[in-house]
Amino acid sequence: MTDWLLLIEVSLAGIGSGGLYAITGLAFVLIYKATKVVNLAIGEILMLGAYVFFGFSAGLALPFWLAALGTVVVAGLLGAGIERTMIRPMLGESPIAVFMLTIGLGSILTGTVELIWGANPLRLPEYLPNQPLFLGDAYVSSKVATAFAIASVVVLIFLALFRFWRGGVALRATASDQAAAYSMGINVPKVFSLSWIIACVTAGVAGMLVGAIGGISPTMGVFGLSVLVVVIVGGLDSVLGALVAGLFIGLLEALAGAYLGGEYKTLATFVLLVVVLMVRPYGLFGTHEIERL
Amino acid sequence: MKAAAGMPERDDAKRSVLDVRNIEVVFNHTVQVLRGLSLAVEEGSITALLGSNGAGKTTTLKAVSGLLDLENGAVTGGDILFDGAATRGFKPHELVRNGLFHVMEGRHVFEDLTVEENLVAATFSRAGASARDFDLVYSYFPRLHERRKALAGYLSGGEQQMLAIGRALVAQPRIILLDEPSLGLSPLLTEEIFTIIARINAEQGTSMLLVEQNAAMAFAVSSYAYIMETGRIVIDGPTDRLANDPDVREFYLGVGDEGASRNYRDVKHYKRRKRWLS
Repeated sequence: MTDWLLLIEVSLAGIGSGGLYAITGLAFVLIYKATKVVNLAIGEILMLGAYVFFGFSAGLALPFWLAALGTVVVAGLLGAGIERTMIRPMLGESPIAVFMLTIGLGSILTGTVELIWGANPLRLPEYLPNQPLFLGDAYVSSKVATAFAIASVVVLIFLALFRFWRGGVALRATASDQAAAYSMGINVPKVFSLSWIIACVTAGVAGMLVGAIGGISPTMGVFGLSVLVVVIVGGLDSVLGALVAGLFIGLLEALAGAYLGGEYKTLATFVLLVVVLMVRPYGLFGTHEIERL
Repeated sequence: MKAAAGMPERDDAKRSVLDVRNIEVVFNHTVQVLRGLSLAVEEGSITALLGSNGAGKTTTLKAVSGLLDLENGAVTGGDILFDGAATRGFKPHELVRNGLFHVMEGRHVFEDLTVEENLVAATFSRAGASARDFDLVYSYFPRLHERRKALAGYLSGGEQQMLAIGRALVAQPRIILLDEPSLGLSPLLTEEIFTIIARINAEQGTSMLLVEQNAAMAFAVSSYAYIMETGRIVIDGPTDRLANDPDVREFYLGVGDEGASRNYRDVKHYKRRKRWLS
C-alpha cells in the first residue's frame, strides 16, 4: 500500500507544480494569441518577478501584501515597456526576427538581475505556510498546495476577465481576426500592450510562487523551457491547452523524477514534446495551422 | 460617356460625405494598384463601385478606411476627404470613431465569439452603446436575436453576413463601406440582404459605398455608380442612366441590345477585344 501512497503523494506534488506551469503557459498563450509573438523570454520575466518581489520583501522589508502588490505593478510596467519599446517597432517584421528579439530580451533580463542581485541563489522570505498538510494519508507540501490554490485563483480571474470584461472581448476579437478588429474601431496597439501587461503580471505572480517553493536564482529562467514544452504540447494558441498541458507536464515531471530519478525529468518532458510534435504538430488543442519559425 | 479621369461630374449642391480625389495606391513600394482614382459619396446615398476581379475595388475601400497599412500598401498620391477633413495620418480605429465603418469582404466575423460579443466588439468606437442599439440591430436581423448566444463561427454564411452588417449598424457610423455583401450567398439570401441594406440606408440615413460583383443588385439599390477597371474609374453616372447604357448592359448585366442574355463566352471574347480605355 505504501507504493500507492507514494504515487498519490508524487502525483499531488506534480499537479501542484503543474499549476505554476499552467499559469505561466497562460501568459505565453495570451501574448501569442493576441500578438502572434512567440515570447521566449517568459521564463526570464518570471524570474525578474521573483527578484522584484525579493527586492521589495527582503530588501525594503515591506510587508507581504505590499511587496506582492509592488511586484504586480512593476511586472505590469515591464510588460507595457517591453511592448512599447521592443515589440511594437517590430510589427510587420518576420516572425523569426521577433522571436530572436525575445531571446535577446531574456539575456538582458538575466544580466540585469545578476548585476543587481548577484548570481548566487537566494531565498525568499517565508510567507507561504510551512506546516505539513495531509489529504487523507497523503502528505502534501503546504507551500505547493498554497501555490496551487493561488494559481487556480489567477486562472479564474483570467477566465472571468476574458469572458465578462469589455477589454476581454477586445482581446479575444483581436486574437480571432486582427484586421477585422482594426476595421471596427478596436485600438489594436492598445490591445497588444494590454496583453503584454496581463501576461507579465501573470508571469510575475508565477515567479513569486516558484521562488517561494524552490528559492530564486538568475538561472530560474529555465522554468521557461518547461513552459515552452507546455504550450507546444497544449497548442500555442489554446488557453485550455495551456491549462491541461501544464498540469499534465507537472505530473509527468514529478513521476519521472520519483520513479526514474531526477535526471530523467527533463528527458521525459522533451520525449513527450517530440511525440506530440510528430503526432499533432499544432498541439493537443491548437489551431490546425502550423506556424513556421 | 466617359468621365474625365480627374473630377467626377457631380451635383455640387449636395454635400459629399466621402470625397476621394485622384488617389494612387502602391503595394510593397513597387506594385501600383490604383492610378488616379476619384469618387464621391453623397450624404445619405448608396453609391456603388463596380468592376471586374482585380480592378482595385477592395483596395479602394481599404485605402479609405486605412486598412492598407496591414498589407504593406500605401496611398502615395491624392487626397481622401471624409466629412471634409483629410483622413491621412489617421489610424483605422480613429476613423471608425469618427463614423467611417468598413465591412470587409468575406464577412470576417469573430468566430470564437458569440453573436452578442461580436456586436459588443463593434461598440469600442463609441462612448455609450446601450441596449437600444443592440435592439436596433436585432430589429433588422431577427435571426441574429435568435442566435445571439451562438458562436459566430457556427452561423450560416447568410447569418454571418447579417452579423457583419449588424456590427456596422451598432457602431452607428455616418458611412458604411460595404465590400461584396453577396459573396457566397444564394440569390434569395442576396436579395434579402440587399433589401435590408436599402432599408438601413433609408431609415437610418447611413451613407454607403457599396462594392459588388452582382451589378444588377448594386444598380437596384444605389443612386449613383462608378465602374472601374485596372485601378481607375472608367465610367460613372446616376444609376438609372448607367443601367440603360448599352455598353454597361453588355458587360455588367450580360444583356445585349436585343434584351436577351448572351452566351457568357461571347461576352468574354467581346470584352477582350474592346477595353474601355484602349
